Amino acid sequence: MLETLNINLTAILPEILLTALALCVMALDLIMRRGASRLVLGYLSIIGLLIILPVSCVSVIDGAFYGGMVKADGFSAYFNAIFIIAAIFTILISMDYLKRVNINKGEYYYIVLFATLGMMVMAASNDLVNLYVGLELMALSFYVLVAIRTASSKSVEAALKYFVLGALSSGVLLYGISFTYGVAGTTNFTEIAFQARRVTILDPYLLLAIVFIIVGFSFKIALFPFHLWSPDTYEGAPTPIAALLSVGSKAAAFAAFMRVFLVALPVYQPHWSRIFWGLSAATMLYGSVVAISQKNIVRMLAYSSIAHAGIIMIGFLVTSDMGAAGVMYYLLVYAFMNIGAFTVVTLFIRSSGRGESIRDYRGLAVRHPWLAFVMSIFLVSLAGIPPTGGFTAKFFILSSAINAQYYWLAVIGVVSTAISLFFYAKVIFYMYLSEPDALTEGTAGGAAGGADRDLPIMSSATCNIVLVAAAVGTVLLGIYPTPFIDMAIKAVKPFFLT
Amino acid sequence: MPAGKYKNMLTLTHFLILSFILFSIGVAGVLLRRNIIIVLMSLELIFNSVNISLAAFSYFMQSLSGTIFVIFNITIAAAEVAIGLAILVTVYRRRKTVYVDELDEMKG
Repeated sequence: MLETLNINLTAILPEILLTALALCVMALDLIMRRGASRLVLGYLSIIGLLIILPVSCVSVIDGAFYGGMVKADGFSAYFNAIFIIAAIFTILISMDYLKRVNINKGEYYYIVLFATLGMMVMAASNDLVNLYVGLELMALSFYVLVAIRTASSKSVEAALKYFVLGALSSGVLLYGISFTYGVAGTTNFTEIAFQARRVTILDPYLLLAIVFIIVGFSFKIALFPFHLWSPDTYEGAPTPIAALLSVGSKAAAFAAFMRVFLVALPVYQPHWSRIFWGLSAATMLYGSVVAISQKNIVRMLAYSSIAHAGIIMIGFLVTSDMGAAGVMYYLLVYAFMNIGAFTVVTLFIRSSGRGESIRDYRGLAVRHPWLAFVMSIFLVSLAGIPPTGGFTAKFFILSSAINAQYYWLAVIGVVSTAISLFFYAKVIFYMYLSEPDALTEGTAGGAAGGADRDLPIMSSATCNIVLVAAAVGTVLLGIYPTPFIDMAIKAVKPFFLT
Repeated sequence: MPAGKYKNMLTLTHFLILSFILFSIGVAGVLLRRNIIIVLMSLELIFNSVNISLAAFSYFMQSLSGTIFVIFNITIAAAEVAIGLAILVTVYRRRKTVYVDELDEMKG
């Protein structure tokens, strides 16, 4: 029953390198002087991640390793690239942000690296134990990162809400996993699929397990009834962490979803796809409708992120290689456009609370034409307007839904996109066509009394790098998607062969 | 009564029922209680209910991977509760409260 142990260090080389990098950063943080600037740790992390990125893309080996627990296929390589790109962007904008909010903590950088490691372990797992350990490594790192601004009462409140709901969801997921193990007698995905296929009648325990696993992961992705933590957490967390949370943790949870449901439980597809149908439709409509009424830009992006999760869900539940590749492509585009938007928000936000409201964006184009321009690119892409990556990604997902004859879901997806256009366009309208607020203008220029607490927006070199890279990525993926889509289709092909 | 008669009365179902009861108590505790310390205790209850069911499955199926999973779970739950308590201490320092319903700075 048990496969051979098949130890292969090359298969987990990216994970090994990332662990080594995180430990190096941790050790360096310990031997540095107390007051010394921790920026050097940030640069070290970025250089390390830039080296690991190509390694993770080429370390693709067929077969399962370590007793069938780990896979190093194209699927995990694709997701590793998304995670590492997201982590590089996050660390780049964090360096500027941490300086501004006066946090000089070295642990910030290596906990981001550990969170990335957790995501990579999740995407590469072929076993429930492995999957759960990766998930918890990611989640525990995020609890700490959200709480890292210990001086801010919003940050700790957000961390507590995230922790309680996150731990509850882990518990529910674990309960589902235990039933899966009880029915199949194994935790290996391939063997679970074999066992599920052998039994011809539906196993009620396995159905129960599927429901529990869906609930557990839906918390992580923030699907509609389980989204309650997400706006509060995004608002209270350090903004770069909110960016990583919305991109990285979502992508990792989708990777885990696809591994569990497409590899281990394809036999139960008619059942779980029906559950996902409801979740997806509700999430898309709820996210885009509630985002309209938001006044805080981070909360608006949080609800928009919920709506996006609903649309990505479509590509997953149609169970075709086209749809699954659409999910991966969407998550790649989403990493660029969402982190780009969060970068502008990070630059604009002030510790005094100014810059959080959407109204503060009025007249941004006059004062900061460059920031307003890139922000418009990201928002246009998030809204799904050509020629940006957001359009192409939505196009692939929705056409896969039509191919699989999920017409109603495609209609709901289009309606939700149309609704979401309203609140994205509102920000662009404020930036370009609205007169700047007299008060904002005065303080931002340093003329009014509150000049000391409202420093003018300085776009640092690191943030500009992220803005340029994200904008180029967003547009490039929109006009030339073929190689990335082909890679994704090639990566998910093995899932649909059996 | 003879000892052998009731020796094998404890079946898998008993363990699963126990696990389910503990799980339900845990979920109810997390959702209903206001005190965060009790919420943290309820979370531990959830994790341990899963451990019971995993260990029971593992014993009755004579398969080792469930037992290994339990060890992983215990380790992760320990790390989880350590972080939970650390967050709780920070929250108490900032807000001087351990009641969930008093933590309502953000809404919407």
